[in-house]
Amino acid sequence: MESSTTGTSNPGNIGSPTPVTPANGTEVEKVVVRFAGDSGDGMQLTGNEFTKAAALAGNDISTFPDFPAEIRAPAGSIAGVSGFQLHFSSTDIHTPGDAPDVLIAMNPAALKANIGDLQLGGTLLINTGAFTKPNVAKAGYESNPLDDEAQLKNYEVHLVDINKLVNTALEETGLTSKEKGRCKNFFALGLMCWRYQRDAQPQIDNILAKFKKRPAVGEANVLAFKAGYNYGLTAEVFQATYKVKPASFEPGRYRNITGNEAVALGMVAAGQLAECPVVFSGYPITPASTVFHYLSNYKNYGVTTFQAEDEIAGIGAAIGASYGGAIGVTASSGPGIALKGEAIGLAQIVELPLVIISVQRGGPSTGLPTKTEQSDLYQSLFGRNGECPLPIIAAKTPTDAFYCAIEATRLATKYMTPVILLSDGYIANGAEPWKLPEVDDLEPFPVKHLKDAEGWMPYKRDEETLARSWVVPGTKGMAHRVGGLEKDFLTGNVSYDPENHERMCKIREDKIMGISKDYGDFDIEGEESGDVLIIGWGGTHGALRQAVGVLREDGKSVSHLQIRHMWPLNPKLGDLMKNFNKILVCELNMGQLLMVLRSEYLVDATGYNKMQGKPFTVAEICNAVTELV
Amino acid sequence: MTEKQTRRDFVSDQEVRWCPGCGDYAILAAVQKCLADTGATPENSVFISGIGCSSRFPYYMKTYGFHSIHGRAPSIASGLKLSNPDLDVWVITGDGDALSIGGNHILHALRRNVDLNIILFNNKIYGLTKGQYSPTSSEGTKSPTTPFGSVDYPINPFSLALGSGATFFARAIDVDAKSLGPILQAAKAHKGTSLIEVTQNCPIFNDGVWDAVTNRKTATSNQLRLEEGKPLLFEGGQKGIRLGEGLTPEIVEVGEGKASESELLVHKADGSDAYHAMLASMAAPEFPQPLGILKQVARPSYDELALAQVDQVLKERGKGDLNALLSSGMTWTVGPDGRPE
Ligand code: SF4
Repeated sequence: MESSTTGTSNPGNIGSPTPVTPANGTEVEKVVVRFAGDSGDGMQLTGNEFTKAAALAGNDISTFPDFPAEIRAPAGSIAGVSGFQLHFSSTDIHTPGDAPDVLIAMNPAALKANIGDLQLGGTLLINTGAFTKPNVAKAGYESNPLDDEAQLKNYEVHLVDINKLVNTALEETGLTSKEKGRCKNFFALGLMCWRYQRDAQPQIDNILAKFKKRPAVGEANVLAFKAGYNYGLTAEVFQATYKVKPASFEPGRYRNITGNEAVALGMVAAGQLAECPVVFSGYPITPASTVFHYLSNYKNYGVTTFQAEDEIAGIGAAIGASYGGAIGVTASSGPGIALKGEAIGLAQIVELPLVIISVQRGGPSTGLPTKTEQSDLYQSLFGRNGECPLPIIAAKTPTDAFYCAIEATRLATKYMTPVILLSDGYIANGAEPWKLPEVDDLEPFPVKHLKDAEGWMPYKRDEETLARSWVVPGTKGMAHRVGGLEKDFLTGNVSYDPENHERMCKIREDKIMGISKDYGDFDIEGEESGDVLIIGWGGTHGALRQAVGVLREDGKSVSHLQIRHMWPLNPKLGDLMKNFNKILVCELNMGQLLMVLRSEYLVDATGYNKMQGKPFTVAEICNAVTELV
Repeated sequence: MTEKQTRRDFVSDQEVRWCPGCGDYAILAAVQKCLADTGATPENSVFISGIGCSSRFPYYMKTYGFHSIHGRAPSIASGLKLSNPDLDVWVITGDGDALSIGGNHILHALRRNVDLNIILFNNKIYGLTKGQYSPTSSEGTKSPTTPFGSVDYPINPFSLALGSGATFFARAIDVDAKSLGPILQAAKAHKGTSLIEVTQNCPIFNDGVWDAVTNRKTATSNQLRLEEGKPLLFEGGQKGIRLGEGLTPEIVEVGEGKASESELLVHKADGSDAYHAMLASMAAPEFPQPLGILKQVARPSYDELALAQVDQVLKERGKGDLNALLSSGMTWTVGPDGRPE
């Protein structure tokens, strides 16, 4: 809800369905806005542009795009509803917000799919032009919901015929009515920009830049934007505007970034820090594809990309690239990672560096391709034949994904092993402000391709890391063979010797477990002992941290740990858990980390789980903790 | 190289473990000789294989080698070529490995024309798993999984290559070192994917499956030795292939009072699609089996094009500056007071 800092005239107070009109420019601390419309309505674009405006105004932000699996589900259907939620605030926030304060519904289906989430007393902006009889029917309403006074009276409703207003505004442009229809999202953007006192000019510049290649469309969108903005001003549609003051940030240079872009940039940075070219090889899959898109643009940054014929070839070529001395990288999501399983095992036994980015989505099978979930931890840990341990890192936030990509590459090259980097649909598409690092501040880890045959054997290991040397084809005097058959512990020749096999399995295990020596301290919110320790991993970080903040303000003895190194686990974790009366493991799955912790530490931890393709809300976590104690 | 290299320079210290009499021995020797004859170096030669009898090949080569997983060697080889384009990369595969489990990869390697030399050991059987029929087995092949005879239609590697846009396809007999050698050399010199189908005998599970082609007694009538620019003649020049009705190959007797040589088709490795399709349709014993370089055309290789594109982008945009990349798009600065400037 829009929490007004004045505390007096808040239009969105729970339990006060009759809106009180605040004065213009009322300061509010934070707002959650959700744009919802048909997947063809451009809601993602609108949301992104509105996010930029908030960022530019210095607000802290967190976004949650939520789109359908079908590119164009039947227009007007519930299945085709696309949403974009933005939380912007003058204080530090970690989540896109539990429930919107403001909902923009561009059609009946969008209204139906989203109104249940809107705060009671929240602001509801409806594009009445789309509420035609057929559209109402397509959304599955029996009668026009605009006539449902019993429901609408719970909200501050604004009925605006955006279709008509846009049509009128674009009358002179000579565009077809279909083309005009495509501009209506910019009207909504304009209206919201006015409501939150955003400067119009940067937005207009943005739109023009965005449609540089199609200036006529750009101009039309600007007209629609201005129409919306001015409509707010002159029609006094909201009777008020609001101001969310800038949040306080550490000084520095900032930008917005989504998780997938951060991973891609992280790989570019990793290549430079490793002083080694990066070869990315993959196959399109939701929600990982954009990592591939971004990297394909970075050809002048030492990155080569290869679109393989399938997921298996995707990792195959990445392994081949690593064999050839580059940093091989592949990215996929659950179904694709399943296909890559055998090849991951190959990379593990031949002990080559490889980064496998797994952007999780709802499963099993094709599951919920566009929805977030954390149900591939088991797959990452166990999804291969034989004893095949490898390091797993889970990004906590979109910006953390940048650093995780670097960390994954560092481990892969230092320990000569494939590394799985877990992200998820929420991190991949969600955005947050990122304080840009200075490249010079990032620690380099130049890789070594051994060229000196003196004393070398293909499987001779570094005493400390247990890693074998990286000898690249082309190196004189060191030609040797590797492969998926078990190999002699020193020569690397095929070996069926029983003792040698056990020895090799143990050595590969020891090498991976030894990685935990590199770990720093835990990043714990709260004390290192107390009543409840909330443990999470991956993209739930924001919701858990925010919930713990709320609980602690309430005087509860709750701490939070978000695990980043999923395997091997931090050896100190067992002792840490003993310091708490209760351990609550919160995951968007049926209890995967929970099982791992219970089996590794014999700890009586409890799980709090959700499988709805949606992130946790702060309220859910608070309730779960309250119920536990 | 000061001293002339020999085959021995490419023999590894590993004991060769194929069955006695296996056709693989001859192919191994021919490849080792090819490397020696062409001045290849152990360090710049890489052999990548999948799974199957033939895929043990890399262990026996004193070069770099990667014995990978079933069917996937072409993808690993493609990645290697992208990261290290100067290497001479060979893929060793069999009919099961390349045409069944790895069918997708060979198709796309050929289509892209990655600069690889792929040797397909075609023995029309799964040897390593003990004798099941393969995708190149003739209909009716009896095997442990088809005790009553296989019912599925075999794939023709040359047809697959043609359909995939291959730029080089050759066929040779395992033990025929005299023709296999030059073919391997031509394949090695070819820029792009070279696919060499070697008719390989598996004396254990499929002995004599290529007899119709390889039997010395019938060789002259069952082998069509293709020579660039020469008419399609066989049986010591007594028979030839002429274009028959409906673009089909037709066997004719050649000589006085019979067909003249000028009526015969002339072999051109870069001939028309129709010509290549005709060659693909010819198999012993109905026709003499075409042997030699069936197709060779020039087309830039994938690795060449991909790396040229990287160079082009570098030329146009200059070497990327990471700091600039990180701060691309919309950025803003927060001042010492914690507020945007
Ligand atoms: S089974 Fe056949 S193909 Fe395999 S090694 Fe023995 S003879 Fe050769």
